[in-house]
Amino acid sequence: MIKTVVRVGLPVGEDLHIRKNRLSPQTGGPGRRVSIVTGTHGDELEGQYVCYALQRRIQAQPELLRGTVDIYPALNPLGLNSVTRGIPGFDLDMNRSFPGQPDGDMNEAVAAEIVQDLLGSDLCLDIHASNIFLTEIPQIRINELHAAQLLPLARLANVDLVWVHSNATVLESTLAYSLNSRGTPTLVVEMGVGMRITKSYGDQLVDGIFRLMAELGVWRGDVPEVRAPVVSQPPEEVAFLNAPVSGIWLKHLDHGARLRAGDVLGEILDPLRGQVLCAVTAPVDGWLFTVREYPVVDQGSLLARILPGGER
Amino acid sequence: MERQIVYESRSLYRDDFRVTGFAFGQGEPAMCIVGSMRGNEYQQLYICSQLVRRLGELEAQGRLVPDRQILVIPCVNPYSMNLQKRFWCIDNTDINRMFPGYALGETTQRVAAGVFDQIQRYQYGVQFSSFYMPGAFVPHVRIMKTGYEDREMAVRFGLPYVVLHAPRPFDTTTLNYNWQIWDTKAFTLYTASNSRVDRPSAHQAVEAVLGFMADQDLLRYHRHGSFYLSRVVESEDMIALRADRAGFFESFVVPGQEVEAGEDLARILDPYLGTEQSRVTAPAAGTVAFVRDEAMTYESTTVVKLIPSDD
Ligand SMILES: [Zn+2]
Repeated sequence: MIKTVVRVGLPVGEDLHIRKNRLSPQTGGPGRRVSIVTGTHGDELEGQYVCYALQRRIQAQPELLRGTVDIYPALNPLGLNSVTRGIPGFDLDMNRSFPGQPDGDMNEAVAAEIVQDLLGSDLCLDIHASNIFLTEIPQIRINELHAAQLLPLARLANVDLVWVHSNATVLESTLAYSLNSRGTPTLVVEMGVGMRITKSYGDQLVDGIFRLMAELGVWRGDVPEVRAPVVSQPPEEVAFLNAPVSGIWLKHLDHGARLRAGDVLGEILDPLRGQVLCAVTAPVDGWLFTVREYPVVDQGSLLARILPGGER
Repeated sequence: MERQIVYESRSLYRDDFRVTGFAFGQGEPAMCIVGSMRGNEYQQLYICSQLVRRLGELEAQGRLVPDRQILVIPCVNPYSMNLQKRFWCIDNTDINRMFPGYALGETTQRVAAGVFDQIQRYQYGVQFSSFYMPGAFVPHVRIMKTGYEDREMAVRFGLPYVVLHAPRPFDTTTLNYNWQIWDTKAFTLYTASNSRVDRPSAHQAVEAVLGFMADQDLLRYHRHGSFYLSRVVESEDMIALRADRAGFFESFVVPGQEVEAGEDLARILDPYLGTEQSRVTAPAAGTVAFVRDEAMTYESTTVVKLIPSDD
């Protein structure tokens, strides 16, 4: 059943609606609740396919549903409609506006209503697609603060990597932090790249969602085998590679590549002079789990993240 | 006056990115003034350009106190100003959310680190800034309650209000916060406008800064114009009044105006019918601190802020 979670008046003859679809079991009570949230950043579209594919598979065997699945495909409908990452008209990052304030400004009030609606879920998945600049291996990011509760769940989600961050980098104004710190376990998925849909990643994550639903007793059918993710935890350090000069980035290796120290990941070019400004090499052996997709770089632009170490 | 490059980096197709500073006098780093960090902060740039002009004149007249150095950085982000974009050109990040910066990090972290490295040892720091909401403000000094803030000194700018506010999580990455943490007495000044130049308010800001410098014995100078005995208010005591409908926004008041409890401050008109949809009314007597200055408003958006009366 489609429900409007938030409604706000826009200036000229239009209301903003943030909607969810609630899938309920055919028999018995509502059971436990899994919430799938995406579309916070209007330029990230990987979650759109996940919302669709998950529902198609549930609709094929609705009698196996033993709990509630709430699907929120578009927390930022205006951003999705206008290829805008943030909230159009305000130039604000919606994922820096949580937990919001019920009596605050429009964006704060919207954020507060979203949090209110999601609280009480037994599990929430917040699906992101990096941004238009970077491509990511399917991964879950967890803050160290909530690792004890979230890591066992993250291992079931059929992602390739679980990256546990040190709590020095905690961002308190994200949706995930707001929910986790209020007792609603929330996993942040990052996968693929902005402005695109990678169907294979979507299908991979949907398998993981079924595995998680089975774990919580929300799904009674057979579930696919899930892969065991690589888990990176502090004090292990991820290597960040930033552009040493401005130019045009030409990537040589794709995300997911296994690297030896010294391998060339890509080059930064000067098309005006027909020159290579620099070759970017791996500082360590490791796994290329993030790589830059967008060719234009400023000095400092992120090019890659590498998880050090060999095969695990 | 000495013109200097505070930070620079190369671009592929644009002129070099340069943050330019203007130093007056020599010796102890005494006072640093920073203007626009976002591409639409024209008023902030204008004020700093006027300060550079006035300080140049005062230096030529021998009015600077010896062994004290003053640095003005009118603009930290010329790239964004030149394309009329509020945040960083390529990734839309905000330099004023990147302090103290990181020299090996992303582009705007590097800009913040490069600038902060040059300005962190000053005794006093002044930043001209803006809010994300479009509107006109009553001129005020804003200081963050870090435990190091100095409200008595903030009063010496002689602006009508000093607003104290408790830092929220994202405030810890602003210049003001980091200045304070690193022992600079930091003040953020807000004037009437942002993306439009308001000359009377800019003039008031220039006099406020010069008067403050005279007070701190950095300058031999007599303040022109009015010196207010600033009222110190907590930001949480300000009353935010929101539009309960979307539509055309018409205000009846201007910043600085005194209003009575029950007075109508603004109204919202239906965008198609032209009829009045709702009114914004003062719940208490006070002074208007902020008024939205856009033609239209969304629903439940702050359109007026009031500072309640003392009594
Ligand atoms: Zn995102």
